[in-house]
Amino acid sequence: MISDAIKAKMLAVAERYPERRSAMLPALHIAQEAEGYVTPEGMQAVAEVVGCKVDEVESIVSFYSMYFAHPVGQRVVKVCTSLSCYLRGCDRVMATLEHDLGVQRGHTRADGAFTLLGVECLASCGTAPVLQLNDEFIEQVTPERAAELAREWQTQTAAPPSA
Amino acid sequence: MAEQMRVVTKDIEIPGIDTLAVYQAHGGYAALRKALAMEPVAVMEEVKISGLRGRGGAGFPTGMKWSFLAKGSSKPTYLACNADESEPGTFKDRMIMERLPHRLVEGVLISAYATGTKTAFIYIRGELKQAARQVGRAIQEAYDAGLAGKNIMGTGIDIDIILHRGAGAYICGEETALMESLEGKRGYPRLKPPFPAAAGIYGGPTVINNCETLSTVPLILANGGAWYAGIGTEKSKGTRIFCVSGHVNKPGNYELPMGTPLRTIIDDYAGGVLGGKRVKAIIPGGSSTPMLDASKLDIPMDYESVAAAGSMLGAAGVIVLDEDTCIVGAVLRMTEFYRDESCGKCTPCREGTYWLVELLERLEHGGGRGSDIALLRDICDNISGKSFCPLGDAATSSIISSIKLFADEYLYHVTQGRCLVGEGARQAIAAH
Ligand SMILES: Cc1cc2nc3c(=O)[nH]c(=O)nc-3n(C[C@H](O)[C@H](O)[C@H](O)COP(=O)(O)O)c2cc1C
Repeated sequence: MISDAIKAKMLAVAERYPERRSAMLPALHIAQEAEGYVTPEGMQAVAEVVGCKVDEVESIVSFYSMYFAHPVGQRVVKVCTSLSCYLRGCDRVMATLEHDLGVQRGHTRADGAFTLLGVECLASCGTAPVLQLNDEFIEQVTPERAAELAREWQTQTAAPPSA
Repeated sequence: MAEQMRVVTKDIEIPGIDTLAVYQAHGGYAALRKALAMEPVAVMEEVKISGLRGRGGAGFPTGMKWSFLAKGSSKPTYLACNADESEPGTFKDRMIMERLPHRLVEGVLISAYATGTKTAFIYIRGELKQAARQVGRAIQEAYDAGLAGKNIMGTGIDIDIILHRGAGAYICGEETALMESLEGKRGYPRLKPPFPAAAGIYGGPTVINNCETLSTVPLILANGGAWYAGIGTEKSKGTRIFCVSGHVNKPGNYELPMGTPLRTIIDDYAGGVLGGKRVKAIIPGGSSTPMLDASKLDIPMDYESVAAAGSMLGAAGVIVLDEDTCIVGAVLRMTEFYRDESCGKCTPCREGTYWLVELLERLEHGGGRGSDIALLRDICDNISGKSFCPLGDAATSSIISSIKLFADEYLYHVTQGRCLVGEGARQAIAAH
């Protein structure tokens, strides 16, 4: 749900800019953070804040790869697949994660625990191969480390949520 | 290990240098104070004298770019820092933002002052969340200490800094697409002219500079333009942060004088080639720059020498490919990037990059035909120079250069249906 507080946050950002329309990307980031993906309600709120039609917001969402127009897993794992990571074995990292997490790249596991994505160069070529877990970097990921990570994440997922 | 020459990255190893207190204890913001006591034109002159050229790729002289700003426009002037770092092989701007955010903020403030700008934007690539947190915190600290915002250091000068996060699109690193994105639109490049200096963000005269470029400005002000111009070569002044990745023992960022030989960078700084193997190819400036073969290992890494060798210094992303790398496979991987990142506005780039990948895939996986190599060249020809921005041209760099340098590998794929070297050479075609 887009609460009044969330909307107020978007408005505060919009006020920083010389023109409100510039708050499009930041407002969408706020919407996605609040709801996990950009919902129709989220788009509506953004449209109101920046002062444009919902269709225009939709066109923005479909252009920028970080916005999800559909629900994603609790953990979104992005594996860099570009050249420097490729030279250091990212394809094996991806294969390990696909196997161990039980989900194909580009997909979300049926139970909603994981979304696994191949992404473009993440500006971390010096510590290749790299991945991001919910937008935070994990660097120098060998296939062995990937297997360990997959185990850790699944144990955490299986544990009952802490109150 | 050989010492780096730290100018932009001065003090980066000092614990806590990302905080205002430690940064100031090491002389931080003294350059801003000095600049604010000078006339803006004098600050601009100092940057001109330094010979600083843009670190975003094209290498345009920074001071000259500033002096092109339209005068007497009815609209305000804007400054945008390009921190969209997405070129495969580069990872220097991220390091500056995460570890030395105040250097960037100080550079933005000085540059805004020199160009008569009251509103500066820092456009940070969306995927770099930690970098955005660090720069955001630094901006806040600067505001709280009266170093940014209204009446900076009591001088009566106002400069606002707005941090803007992107949302996943390589094209937004292209300056006109960046401006569109900043205005809340799809990142489609604009036709030039008008150039940003005449009409940019919100139609106002705009300067766009790379993150490393702007982070160099405080050091130029602190030590003088002539001091900076004394580093490097005749035409490529100063230092450069070389981002070394691929098949080397110690990949990483190394700040060194312009003109440092490629071999020195790879052997003395990046620890040599992994497993003691030989170098097959080097991409000297990020994946948009043409490949070089091992015969070019002794070139000095400055704009002119790299150009003379047949490539570009670009964003100084040095990617090393060892002797066991299948060139067709590597080029396929690079081309997929451009296919996925083409914004779709111009047909030659959108369709051309798609067909380049189709052909390279066919070659890589054993279904290639003899005519495919000529066809690849032909498609490249139909992309180059035929779109609004150079993204499509960039896609052709690795293909054209690798066909020239490693034709035997392409031919081997055609005749044998597999790679000449590497894992793909050992595998049966069906399994590959
Ligand atoms: C497709 C494309 C992507 C680019 N990406 C970046 C980038 O991520 N960062 C950057 O500073 N410049 C990038 N550039 C170059 C910018 O258009 C521009 O030249 C640069 O930001 C100017 O700053 P400088 O003069 O300080 O180098 C890109 C150019 C193109 C064509």
